[in-house]
Amino acid sequence: MRRKWIFWLAAFAALALLQATLRGLIGPYNYQIVILVGINIILAVSLNLINGVTGQFSIGHAGFYAVGAYASASLVYYGGPEIRPLIAFLPPFAQNAVLLLLGLLAGAILAGLAGLAVGIPSLRLRGDYLAIVTLGFGEIIRVLILNVDAIGGSRGFAGIPQISNFFWVYLAVIITVVTVHNLVNSSYGRAFISIRDDEVAAEAMGVDTTRFKVLSFVISSMFAGVAGGLFGHYTSFLHPNSFLFTTSFYLIIMIVVGGLGSIEGAILGAVLVTVLLEVLREFGPYRLVNFAVLLVLIMIYRPQGLLGSWTLFKRPKAAAG
Amino acid sequence: MAVLDIKNCTKRFGGLVAVKDLNMSLNHGDLYGLIGPNGAGKTTVFNLITGVYAPDEGSIELDGQAIHNQKPSAIAKLGISRTFQNIRIFQSMTVLENVKVAAHMRKTQGLWDAVLRTHNLREEEQEIEQRAIDLLKIFNLDKRAHELARNLPYGSQRRLEIARGLGTNPKVLLLDEPAAGMNPYEAGELMHLIQWIREKFRITILLVEHNMKVVMGVCEKIQVIDYGVTIALGTPKEIQDNPRVIEAYLGGA
Repeated sequence: MRRKWIFWLAAFAALALLQATLRGLIGPYNYQIVILVGINIILAVSLNLINGVTGQFSIGHAGFYAVGAYASASLVYYGGPEIRPLIAFLPPFAQNAVLLLLGLLAGAILAGLAGLAVGIPSLRLRGDYLAIVTLGFGEIIRVLILNVDAIGGSRGFAGIPQISNFFWVYLAVIITVVTVHNLVNSSYGRAFISIRDDEVAAEAMGVDTTRFKVLSFVISSMFAGVAGGLFGHYTSFLHPNSFLFTTSFYLIIMIVVGGLGSIEGAILGAVLVTVLLEVLREFGPYRLVNFAVLLVLIMIYRPQGLLGSWTLFKRPKAAAG
Repeated sequence: MAVLDIKNCTKRFGGLVAVKDLNMSLNHGDLYGLIGPNGAGKTTVFNLITGVYAPDEGSIELDGQAIHNQKPSAIAKLGISRTFQNIRIFQSMTVLENVKVAAHMRKTQGLWDAVLRTHNLREEEQEIEQRAIDLLKIFNLDKRAHELARNLPYGSQRRLEIARGLGTNPKVLLLDEPAAGMNPYEAGELMHLIQWIREKFRITILLVEHNMKVVMGVCEKIQVIDYGVTIALGTPKEIQDNPRVIEAYLGGA
């Protein structure tokens, strides 16, 4: 119990300290990359719960990311002026925090509901079929947003309050990683993994496979929604083009490069892919060609991903297998 | 009263009648054998009992409760557990975790307990772990508890599947060819193990097996099916002398 409190206190202190100094230390360009890395870690770790841990191939993560981003942005943009007078007694930074948390909550809930709506009918499908349904869902969301004028439509959603920053993004990163890690190391996690390994046997051992697939889908979608909210409130501008299916593919690349099923792998993949895409800007038009070559090399030399199924906190023996 | 009662079950796959008008009744503590030539419908019977298929006609009752329209996971919760003809262990998990999965249905931990790693969860996890280790000890697998299940030799994987099956605390355990691929010595050991399990866990066992030495050695009652139809039912001795059984296995004279 006590160790838990010390951990969270230390995390808070470290995040606050970095929040105060980081931008000055590394400059605004690098700072923005750090933020992007954080958001991608949340997305990759959550996607890994479906694709890596539960073994269901979803390529619609950008859809849930978009739902969360637009839900959170809309709530704060339209609801903010109503809510602010109610919490006027708080200092401005606390007002922003309250608004952001409300926005993220809305984003998580709406993305979770979208996950439920997509998951219940589609998780009966397997493999390629599920992949196609989720891909379709991601595109439906994007096209819907393109056509809703209240959230900017194809012009993009501008003027979203800029209230997220390093502190909030990385707090969310820590919460995501701890939550997913705890989940994977519980009865729930064993149920998820048993579905990935052998659905028939899992069902015979009393694991309600449909229910647990939907559960992992919903949890994963909720975190994607949070990532979306943090993104919108950082850039203060959202455009449907940020949520193309290529975004989903980059996320899949992250978890495959890192090692499917490993949380540390997802984190490493998110950092590596995000940073690489920035570093490769030097090559101008050849940027994506170089990126692809690197991916091919990684897959040739480490087909199981950079970390494989290795995990830092548990099961060191599994790495030998 | 019968623990497991199958009444007039029929299962068709298109034009093929895999199981026809099958009746089977297992009393508490029975060690019941189900045999028949290849393609006789034995595995279909298993799949009907465990809910993988729903019967087209007839009913299946466990302790008087109809189970034939339930999902396999619900049936497992009611007390039927099984092993598979082609081993289906969870490959990427350790031996210990394989058995722990079987404790899933009894968990009291909620999602919040798992996320927050509460006291309740940690206590329960310890309990689950202890019980899993106890089960592994019975099957002589405890020394390899932390190895990946896929790295176990074939015979050990079979024993792991039985251990996992017992982990659900079943009333009825279905064993689908547990001696397949075992040498005579291993099969002999398995026979003792099956009998011992029945005494120790006080459960009912339904055994499908091709190895006649094993079936005749451990089962008290044997039912023979061919083309989905029951052709004989009785003690091992009666079955061995039954002309219809001999005909089904060796072909008519």
